[in-house]
Amino acid sequence: MAVCIAVIAKENYPLYIRSVATQNELKFHYTVHTSLDVVEEKISSVGKALGDQRELYLGLLYPTEDYKMFRKLHNSFTDVMCNPFYNPGDPIQSKAFNGVVSGMMVQTG
Amino acid sequence: MDQESSAAAAAASGASFISLSEHEQMYFSGLHGLCQADASGKLSSSKVAELLKASQLPAESLHKVTEVCGAKHLGYFGTAQFYVALKLLAAAQSGLPVRLESVTANLPLPRFVGLKTESEMRYAAPPAAAAAAAAAAAAAELQYLSTTAAGTWSPADRSTFRHLEANPDRKEPWSPPRSPCSSPPRSPLTHGSYPHAKQRNGVEAQITYESQPSPRVMAQHSFPGHHAGKATAEPPAVTQTSSERDQQVTDECDNDPWRITEEQLEYYTNQFKTLQPDLDALILGGVAKNFFTKSKLPIPELSHIWELSDVNKDGALTFHEFCIAFHLIVARKNGYPLPESLPPTLQPGFLLREEEIPDTPGSAEPLIVFEDAEARPSQMDLSVKDSPQKSTRKQGLEEDSGAQGGISLSQEEQTLPSSYRPEPPQDLDLHSRTKTRPRSHSSTSIEEAMKKAEEPPTPPPRPQKTHSRASSLDLNKLLQQGAPGVKSGWLLPPPALPPRPSASQVSHFPNVSEKPQSKVPQPNFADFSHFKEEEESALKPEEPGPQSRFGLSTEDLQSTSTQDVSGMCHSQAPQKPVRRKYHAESQDSEGLPPPAVPFPLQDKPVQKLQSKQKRTIQMAIRKNRETNAVLTRLNSELQQQLKVVHQERVTLETQLELLRPLAST
Repeated sequence: MAVCIAVIAKENYPLYIRSVATQNELKFHYTVHTSLDVVEEKISSVGKALGDQRELYLGLLYPTEDYKMFRKLHNSFTDVMCNPFYNPGDPIQSKAFNGVVSGMMVQTG
Repeated sequence: MDQESSAAAAAASGASFISLSEHEQMYFSGLHGLCQADASGKLSSSKVAELLKASQLPAESLHKVTEVCGAKHLGYFGTAQFYVALKLLAAAQSGLPVRLESVTANLPLPRFVGLKTESEMRYAAPPAAAAAAAAAAAAAELQYLSTTAAGTWSPADRSTFRHLEANPDRKEPWSPPRSPCSSPPRSPLTHGSYPHAKQRNGVEAQITYESQPSPRVMAQHSFPGHHAGKATAEPPAVTQTSSERDQQVTDECDNDPWRITEEQLEYYTNQFKTLQPDLDALILGGVAKNFFTKSKLPIPELSHIWELSDVNKDGALTFHEFCIAFHLIVARKNGYPLPESLPPTLQPGFLLREEEIPDTPGSAEPLIVFEDAEARPSQMDLSVKDSPQKSTRKQGLEEDSGAQGGISLSQEEQTLPSSYRPEPPQDLDLHSRTKTRPRSHSSTSIEEAMKKAEEPPTPPPRPQKTHSRASSLDLNKLLQQGAPGVKSGWLLPPPALPPRPSASQVSHFPNVSEKPQSKVPQPNFADFSHFKEEEESALKPEEPGPQSRFGLSTEDLQSTSTQDVSGMCHSQAPQKPVRRKYHAESQDSEGLPPPAVPFPLQDKPVQKLQSKQKRTIQMAIRKNRETNAVLTRLNSELQQQLKVVHQERVTLETQLELLRPLAST
């Protein structure tokens, strides 16, 4: 159950962002960016060394319970990419993607 | 006022329960066409006003009519409002009060005087706009009907109707934006017009034609309150697209716009072939994109269509996916809003089934039932049949046309309830299935590393040829098989051979087996066992330090020596290939004489041989088990060592990583 789901492009702008409607929604957006910063840091520190390190970090996403979440997200993201009418860099407007994301958000009421 | 407005709302929703007679239906639809409904079904207010004035009713009652029918409440005249208004006009003209109740009465047709366009309509066959043509033709037909005695259809009428209808049919082009796509797009429709014309054989046929279009045809009229189409057999709203759709509907024989007809299928096949000559191959995404962009639909809609039609999400279209996409585009061009998920008749399973059963009956019922009953197994069959998996994963897609789509969807749902509901559970099933299948190889590198770490399992020991007779033929065979056998992994020493021991050797045997001494009489046997160990160690993957090997060798020596001792001839047979591989001829020659020696010996203790053999077999089995145990122990030890080494490596790496930023800064 996620509170906020975002897909950030390489250029650091969000291709897709959705959060549970709360007042501090902006805070979620900030958190998204900071978490990405942490990942970047890890990656840059590893440098040329082994993929093991990186894998170990991202391993947090895969083996945890939210494994399903990330995988589902990633699957739907690849589906969006597969669509030839989608230009990379466009905001994601796919309904299927929306559906998957809604399924993953915290359901309140 | 509130009462009236609520009554108006009730009228809007209750319009579904108005029963229009056939004449009324035709008349009203003609008038509807006259009022130039636009795409959303709203009628041009000026035309409606004109019509109302032509009814020659006092302005006051006209206002009342407008209020009651709900148009005032809504702000525009939709089809339902229009029809209600017409009924009210009729009521007013016949002297009844303008109320909702009077609508249900049996009224004559409202009369309109002085409609300028009447005469125009009659000869409107070659008009400028296709819309006007179709509308006018139908309207002309209806006017003609109304002016003649109601209900009398003469053959002359029929012929004129046919003429009028045929003309606009031919004149009507396919939606012009399609033109870059080449002329064939028209063919399905022109084909459609012929059966359409053929249907005009009689009065009944005409009437049935008029009332035939199902609620689904009216899907385009997506404003609230237009449920009249569903409840009653609504007359065809003669708008531009509806006439085309009517033709399609008559084509499809079961009033389902989402069903692909034979001609359409042929056409799609031809188009597919122009893009990709092989019908079984895929059309790549880029190619399909270029092709479909020619249809001039907006990109988000094309994107949505793609999402709907690419069921296996591979970025390319198979022939069936292509047909689905094409059909959706055709429907969209015709004005149908895009569905949220694939209608059941468009699903790949259905398409395949249609192909198998080319002579589909006209009625929709058996097909839908078929779909329901067999949808699941058919889709499972498909997954076996087709290489790409078929699943409909579209759930909860947005409608790009907003409310229109939503309401049309609800209409579709109401009309296709039975076949729709089995969809979601199947979707989920297939969804999970397809999710796992194409994504199955998303292992992280850790898993890959683990896999590599797994030793290739040692091949199972060859079943030894446990024959007790020292036939030279067998030996030869063994020899021949020896070289390839060794290469393919004759791992274990050939302990099993229950040889034909000589008496002396048998006596040796139990002694030696009990005392694991390496007292081997013949030096060459020692050598042989040594070589066997080498082979073993070489073949065994990941043989670590030498000590274990030696350990093995001593153990093996013991085990093999006994076998060597006991199983002279036959243990020599397996040894011989070993010898061949590693060493050679000298030992061969050495090996040969020993078998020669025991032969005379064996002649004597023939009787004891059977029991001896049993014992030797048992001994051999025990030896096997011991070696197995030894090897498994060794294996586990090695695994542990491997893990330890891994951990060390990981810690070293972390240390390195920690040190590195320090070093850099």
